[in-house]
Amino acid sequence: MHNYAIKVENLAKDFGELHAVDGISFNVASGEIFGFLGPNGAGKTTTISVLCTLTKPTSGRAIINGYDVVRQQSKVRQSIGLVFQDSSLDERLTGLQNLRFHAMVYNVPSSVRDKRIEDMLNMVELWDKRNSEVSTYSGGMKRRLELARGLLHHPKVLFLDEPTLGLDPQTRNRIWEYIIELGKSEGTTIFLTTHYMDEAEKADRIAIIDSGKLVAMDNPINLKNMVGKDIISIKTEDDSKAIEEIKSRYAIEARNDTNNGLIFNVVNGEEFLPGFIKEFTTKILSVSLRRPSLDDVFLKITGREIREEGTKDGIRAMVHGRSRRMHH
Amino acid sequence: MGFLSDGVDFIQFMFPGIIGMTVLMSSFMAGVSLVWDREFGFLKEVLVAPISRTSVAVGKTFGSATVALPTGIIILLLAPLVGVSLSVSTVLGIIPLMFLLAAAMGSLGILLATRIKSMQAFQVVMQMLMFPMLFLSGVFFPVDGLPGWMNVLVKINPATYGIAPIRQVILGGSADSPFNISVFGHTMSLWDNIIVIALFGLIMTLLAMWSFHSQE
Ligand SMILES: Nc1ncnc2c1ncn2[C@@H]1O[C@H](COP(=O)(O)OP(=O)(O)O)[C@@H](O)[C@H]1O
Ligand SMILES: [Mg+2]
Repeated sequence: MHNYAIKVENLAKDFGELHAVDGISFNVASGEIFGFLGPNGAGKTTTISVLCTLTKPTSGRAIINGYDVVRQQSKVRQSIGLVFQDSSLDERLTGLQNLRFHAMVYNVPSSVRDKRIEDMLNMVELWDKRNSEVSTYSGGMKRRLELARGLLHHPKVLFLDEPTLGLDPQTRNRIWEYIIELGKSEGTTIFLTTHYMDEAEKADRIAIIDSGKLVAMDNPINLKNMVGKDIISIKTEDDSKAIEEIKSRYAIEARNDTNNGLIFNVVNGEEFLPGFIKEFTTKILSVSLRRPSLDDVFLKITGREIREEGTKDGIRAMVHGRSRRMHH
Repeated sequence: MGFLSDGVDFIQFMFPGIIGMTVLMSSFMAGVSLVWDREFGFLKEVLVAPISRTSVAVGKTFGSATVALPTGIIILLLAPLVGVSLSVSTVLGIIPLMFLLAAAMGSLGILLATRIKSMQAFQVVMQMLMFPMLFLSGVFFPVDGLPGWMNVLVKINPATYGIAPIRQVILGGSADSPFNISVFGHTMSLWDNIIVIALFGLIMTLLAMWSFHSQE
């Protein structure tokens, strides 16, 4: 039992009448990358706040690195790193000063402090900007600085709350490279929340949370197998003839999709395709095989799309960022 | 310029009060900086660090008291211009008093900032408190012989006991000076005043810590 980095039992958090987190249980193994996936308002941030001791749970228990988040707060805090959903940098300080402050309050020994700060800033490619005030950084630079800061004291568990929210695809990829590299090289356990499906797929295991409850938990492959069949799209010279042939040969209903030609589902697409291409008599112009995505999984489990809420949240984050700057 | 008493004219009387006022106004920045940190998110980094809430609250108070000191000292250096003579020992005596006043009032600011989350609301509350506190603290007029209701307000105003000792040190605080404050017929000595303002600061700090701890 000892090698669980995170143990959560029946954890609940109410805000008045609202059950923001509604009795969830899960364990995260040491060194695992664990993704918490759910739409806006599902309870992801609230869960992280409880796990990192910022919010007291209404009921239930959570153990991080063997320490109780209610009774052993300072032990928990020393052993975790955090990147919050909203920036928590001191914008009036430089990047370097933010890291120095962090090293001080986390008791990073002064003998290794400067070296480690330099390594971290190099890793996130901010060494050249170290003496600029954080208020002059772009959104992506701030996120990278926060990531460097969260790692500075070598935490055993790193919590990332929507680490790439509102960033451009290039920066998102870069941040993901750091995260995966970190899991591999340092054995850091990573607990992250996201509502981007493609990001969740990079986790070793995913828990899907909806309205405060866990509705599914497994690795991405098993989750997608829940949806079942693979999706094949083909373009042919004669669609109606092809539909007839698919029906008579395999007893499968293909349907016309305006963008992709014909679409139909099969159990094991990779094994199905070679034979299909050989024996099909209607002329095929193109074929593509798609595995079900986590979007399909989410849709199947909750009956709703996760996407729409995602975009709204992105816009809100932008507006929020702007209103903050106006306070200056 | 008329003399108030003992050869002290009005400007000389005002002088210690102005020092106290300057220190008091900058000390409230402790609360402002806490509200600011919360608004910009930095407070979360501090709250989740393995340091106690107590050291955060006390650190903010002492930090702003340290910043308040130089502003007070600059005013203090203008003393010769208004005909107040200062000795080295007077200056050395006043610095800790300024720090005490700043720390005590700063902890009141911290206490308010643990509960008032928005910058706008905090500024409104601060101004509603600061101006009556300044006006009724003996900065602008001797507190002796005021009408009854005003007298009560002056005596329950903690700032009164922070400014009085500064005046006692600068203008000399003989037991029969007309600028002394008397509470329930007892004439407050220098140390009486210091004890009152220090106690006030201690209570505010304890309340601030409790308030900080008890919230999420
Ligand atoms: N401090 C709070 N007070 C009241 N309600 C809150 C508070 N924080 C979050 N909530 C509510 O709890 C629910 C979960 O929020 P959150 O954990 O932020 O969701 P997510 O991070 O998944 O988007 C939402 O309905 C939100 O409005
Ligand atoms: Mg969130």
